[in-house]
Amino acid sequence: MITLNHYLVLSAILFTIGTAGVFLRRNIITVLLSIEIMLNAVNLTFVAAGRQFAAVDGQIIVFFVMTVAAAEAAVGLALVIALFRHRESLNPDAFTSLKW
Amino acid sequence: MALETILFYVLGTLAVGSSLLVIGQRNPVYSVMLLIASFAALAGIYVLLDAPFTAVTQIIVYAGAIMVLFLFVVMLLNVGQEDAAEYDRSHPFNRPFVRRFGALLGIVFVAELAWAVWHVSTRQPAAIAAAAPGSVSSVREIGRVLFTDYAFPFEATSLLILVALVGAVVLARQDAE
Repeated sequence: MITLNHYLVLSAILFTIGTAGVFLRRNIITVLLSIEIMLNAVNLTFVAAGRQFAAVDGQIIVFFVMTVAAAEAAVGLALVIALFRHRESLNPDAFTSLKW
Repeated sequence: MALETILFYVLGTLAVGSSLLVIGQRNPVYSVMLLIASFAALAGIYVLLDAPFTAVTQIIVYAGAIMVLFLFVVMLLNVGQEDAAEYDRSHPFNRPFVRRFGALLGIVFVAELAWAVWHVSTRQPAAIAAAAPGSVSSVREIGRVLFTDYAFPFEATSLLILVALVGAVVLARQDAE
């Protein structure tokens, strides 16, 4: 029998993988992909909780999260292209102009 | 019931395994491909959760649109491997104290998530359990709630998309001079 806890544990594992990816990778595109993994882990929590409480609100919030993810990917990738034009690199450590 | 258990473990292992490989890859093209596999497995899990609309949206929007956008940018920029060597040696994260502190923070994060999951209440309220089982999975019901109770957030979303569209065009534009 698969309970809500199983889905929550799977979601926690996926979220931890995404967090680790954000901190470990040295490629700004992979960092954006890790953020997508984290968003998907949260989506899984919403759908599982929505089924548990017999409400469609969980799936509707997932719909909004997907919209925000699409907007985030479009703006984020435009930023990546602009940064690559200036530095010829995708390493986040190459972009330190705002650091003091 | 047994089928649900088997499918959950197969799809969950697939999702976790391909997500781990996403952050273990040095080649971003493989990372994007593996993330599509992870999203497909998650779509299967949404079907197990009586959410076919979300599963189809996951495939069409995530795997079909967002990931293709990522793949497009990866191939446009054409940087195969990440250039780690010249930055990593002098990076402040590589000091021993900082690394130990980071590992400690990671362990605390996992412990916190595990604590929260174990203490969540799983008892199902009787009234909710007695509700019509098909009501959550019905696309008609999702559409009705989305365009009545959530009409304002839905319209705000369209504004968000418009702003993202204009922002992406402005950011990625070549300078005229």
